[in-house]
Amino acid sequence: MSSAIEVRSLSRVFSGRKEIVALDDVDLTVEEGELFGLLGPNGAGKTTLIKILCTLLLPSSGTARVLGYDVDSEAKQIRKRINMVSGGEISGYGLLTIRENLWMFTQFYGVQGKVAKQRIDALLEEFGLEDKADVKLRTVSTGQRQKMNIIRGFSTDPDLIFLDEPTLGLDVTTSISIRNYLRRWVREREGRTMMLTTHYMREAEELCDRVAIIDRGRIVAVDTPAGLKRRVGNDSSFLIETTPIDTARLSSLTGVRGLTARPSNGHLKVRMVLEDESVIADVISAVVAAGGKVVGLSKNEPTLEDAFMHLVGRGLE
Amino acid sequence: MSDWALNIRAGLARAYARTVGATREPSWVVFDVLLPLLGVAAYIFYYRALGADPVFEGFVVLGGAMTAFWLNVLWGMAAQLFWEREVGNLQLFMVAPMSRMALLAGMALGGLFTSAVRALSTLVLGVLIFQVHIMMADPLALVAVFTLTMLAVYGMGMALSSLFLMYGRDAWNISNLLQEPVYLMSGFYFPVRELGMVVSAVASLIPITLGLDAMRQLLFGELAGGLLPVTVEVVILALQAAIFIWLAAFSLDRMEQRGRREGRLTLRWQ
Repeated sequence: MSSAIEVRSLSRVFSGRKEIVALDDVDLTVEEGELFGLLGPNGAGKTTLIKILCTLLLPSSGTARVLGYDVDSEAKQIRKRINMVSGGEISGYGLLTIRENLWMFTQFYGVQGKVAKQRIDALLEEFGLEDKADVKLRTVSTGQRQKMNIIRGFSTDPDLIFLDEPTLGLDVTTSISIRNYLRRWVREREGRTMMLTTHYMREAEELCDRVAIIDRGRIVAVDTPAGLKRRVGNDSSFLIETTPIDTARLSSLTGVRGLTARPSNGHLKVRMVLEDESVIADVISAVVAAGGKVVGLSKNEPTLEDAFMHLVGRGLE
Repeated sequence: MSDWALNIRAGLARAYARTVGATREPSWVVFDVLLPLLGVAAYIFYYRALGADPVFEGFVVLGGAMTAFWLNVLWGMAAQLFWEREVGNLQLFMVAPMSRMALLAGMALGGLFTSAVRALSTLVLGVLIFQVHIMMADPLALVAVFTLTMLAVYGMGMALSSLFLMYGRDAWNISNLLQEPVYLMSGFYFPVRELGMVVSAVASLIPITLGLDAMRQLLFGELAGGLLPVTVEVVILALQAAIFIWLAAFSLDRMEQRGRREGRLTLRWQ
């Protein structure tokens, strides 16, 4: 098996009033046929890395090879064999129909007319968009537009596809149908590779063969989702449901590796990774001291979210 | 698939999008047919009030028709990559393997459709309403000069589009600068020779100047007061077409590299 993506000591700095280091000495290898995930919070560098690999951006230093070609000097060879879809992107022309927009983009890759038509029809059916095929793009919903964008990415039958937050802002049903397709696309086509960025833990856990956790421009860990979860090791994962409190106090407690808090039915669900089970006593005391009341407590098997907190020291949200 | 085949497909697809898009919103026909005619009428009545030779009315109709192409070059070609970036299409174009020249050629071809409707309607209605007398001795030569002029002018538009790619709103000023002053300097409504040799020579750097001058000579003969013999103008136009198209390919490539280095291919609202 050869590498679809090879990144060595890659850095990208954006200059301006304030210099921003978007990627800092990144090393990464993605094998052919892998469904590879990049997981990280907003601003972690995921999109910058994707843009470099898609030949839209040059690295400040280091090298990146895609399908064996250098992103700097051999961009044209790369472009023939890849495609890219960004979640929430607004692409195409509103006055054209969905089918016309898709056809136009296939022509930019030189797909023959008959083949393009067959692929577009099959993908429209796959994504349940056939009844909207001849409707002007400007009249369809955000979800339908995003489905069109995903179809656009696959309609050129790329060897490697980059999906940047493909299910961003989509409803649950649409997201599930898209995930199912992504999984099948890689499994049913030998040698096809997918790189997916997401900040949805479940998406990464469900879909990816391997996941790289990226934070503040650096790759923190690369492993299978199961391998990443194992890294939680002796740490304990707890879910506490409490009346609303300020969770800042909890984060600063000794022994708390990381936490995420989400409001739920007037309460707060705090998921936390602790160095040791015994730390939970301090956590409960801190909740009470903050004026909260614990209404539920459970110990959980580690998830990818726990692994992320364990490695990065905070949650994604 | 060869690069040629890919680029032809890509160019035709982009042209199709622009042409079909225009037919979906036909209200532009009203504005593009009636409004230019008002501008032409203003000049014609002005010339009539001054008692100018009626041939000047022909110059105005021809200039009015060619305005459509010049506006298309400035706003439909040069500024197009800027707009594409604003609406989110540019990064998808840049990720695709086709040549950027093919994309722009497609835009030009598609834009020619709406421009041609505007130009032809101005020409036909102008001739009919104002009874302009044309002496077209050599229609083939006229078609050849028009084609060369379009190649050179659209080549210039492609070169300008690379500026828009990099400088966005700053390049906007260049387009504004090239709009009204060029109507004057290139002699859209009068023989450019009237501006004197120095100004005419400078104005001739913009291909529409010599294109218009040659077309005036082919349509109105001696009365056109041509700047240079038509054959000389044709040679210069051919050179300009080649130079601008080469310059466009070169500058688009350079600007794309710079855009990749500075991250400007995907940044919006600059």
